[in-house]
Amino acid sequence: MSLLDQIKKDIVESHVWKSIFRHGYEDTPRNRVMMVTSNVFLHLHPAKVRRHAVRMRFTWCMGGLTFLMFLVTVVTGIYLMFYYRPVAEYAYADMKYLDNDMPFGMLMRNMHRWAAHAMIVFVWLHMFRVFLTGSYKPPREFNWVVGVLLLVLTLLLSFTGYLLPWDQLAIWAVTVGSNMARATPLLGYEGPFADFVGANPIYDARAFLFGGGEIGPHTLLRFYILHCIFIPFVASVLMAVHFWRIRRDGFSGPSL
Amino acid sequence: MAEAAREKKLPVDDKIHTWPHLVRMEFLVTLFVLVALTLWALTVDAPLEDPANPTRTPNPSKAPWYFLGLQEMLVYFDPWNAGVVLPSLIIVGLMVIPYIDINPKGNGYYCFKDRKWEILTFFLGFHILWITMIMIGTFFRGPGWNLFWPWQKWDPHKVVALTNVDLPYLVGFRDYWWSAAFSLVMIGIYFVVTIVLFYLFVLKVKGKAFLERWGMVRFSITAVLITLMLSLPTKMALRLLFNVKYILVTPWINV
Repeated sequence: MSLLDQIKKDIVESHVWKSIFRHGYEDTPRNRVMMVTSNVFLHLHPAKVRRHAVRMRFTWCMGGLTFLMFLVTVVTGIYLMFYYRPVAEYAYADMKYLDNDMPFGMLMRNMHRWAAHAMIVFVWLHMFRVFLTGSYKPPREFNWVVGVLLLVLTLLLSFTGYLLPWDQLAIWAVTVGSNMARATPLLGYEGPFADFVGANPIYDARAFLFGGGEIGPHTLLRFYILHCIFIPFVASVLMAVHFWRIRRDGFSGPSL
Repeated sequence: MAEAAREKKLPVDDKIHTWPHLVRMEFLVTLFVLVALTLWALTVDAPLEDPANPTRTPNPSKAPWYFLGLQEMLVYFDPWNAGVVLPSLIIVGLMVIPYIDINPKGNGYYCFKDRKWEILTFFLGFHILWITMIMIGTFFRGPGWNLFWPWQKWDPHKVVALTNVDLPYLVGFRDYWWSAAFSLVMIGIYFVVTIVLFYLFVLKVKGKAFLERWGMVRFSITAVLITLMLSLPTKMALRLLFNVKYILVTPWINV
């Protein structure tokens, strides 16, 4: 036995190594299963999947890619959070600083924004694919419902993030998008039957969303928390449910 | 060929190991997409305009592109409907799909023949209505939310004569109560006719046995949702062909 083999053997059979890696890497059926079942991340998958479900022309990879885009926005978003203050006086200046003076600041911001757009396109295509393959049919009906909620959350994540640059594009796009809320029947002050409920410009559905009667510094903080904490938290919980149910029910496919 | 024959003989065991087959695929696709995204981010910068100024409204003010379908619907419906009621119905309508679609065929594989009408309905709602409205809102709307070709210069002074009138007025009613009564009757007729046509249509393409299996509740929910979905193209046609502004005008809501 050469010296190198001896060193390798010493490492692989050491107490520390064995405490971390519980199985070998030889290509055996047992190790293939262990690879998935003893790894918390890969354990999102079942140990075995049906042959057709792996093919790209069946899945279009869209569900997985939507999740990948979510992860990209989380990673780049954390980077952006280090340099961004959700305060009206600072927010725009911080954007300029991020773009022009931060190492990789512009790249991180670009990736964050384009990944967010891609996530929306991917989630729509995922829904389309799931519809075409009838994958929402029994026993996966409820997972489709969870998926619709995730679709809405994806749009809201993107929408709340739209305000944060605090530039003209941001406040006016969010103003136009949020003006719908003031037209909510009963709950918006410009909506039908608002008088019966007593909704007014500073006490209605839009004011609840904005944290005040107009879009302003309070809205910025509110959208920041919705964007960075609240919606990602809710979406993560629903994603766990979504993935778990696929894991339990298996990938859809023709009956054998 | 030989493999196909083997698969046919052993139909129970068509499973393969996630590692390496699925994980390898995911890894390669992830790498490819991340490289593409990085190149995109390196070449195209995210927009950053002038600082926020609540006193200077840009013309046009557009919502984010994925909501432009809803903003485009504002041309045809009032905000309470286009911005709140119809979007909520889209979400609810999507959620009930698995519960109203009881066709056991096409579960887990691509097939058009056995699910023709389901797929065409989805195609109408998603591709034709949702995506087209986004396209119009994104590429064909300029200052004053007027229509412009994508290559046309935006003229902020373009004036389009607002010649739209309400449906009862168009038909000749001038009295408020007669107008309102006529409007309500028209809306009632729209619902009844669409639902009856939908019933006859289902009877023709799916048969009586299917309708009995489908049940009253599923039929009603589907019929109402389809009627409401078709209200968008109906209103668009009335506007574009006859310059109809509202169908029903009341002090509280206009439709």
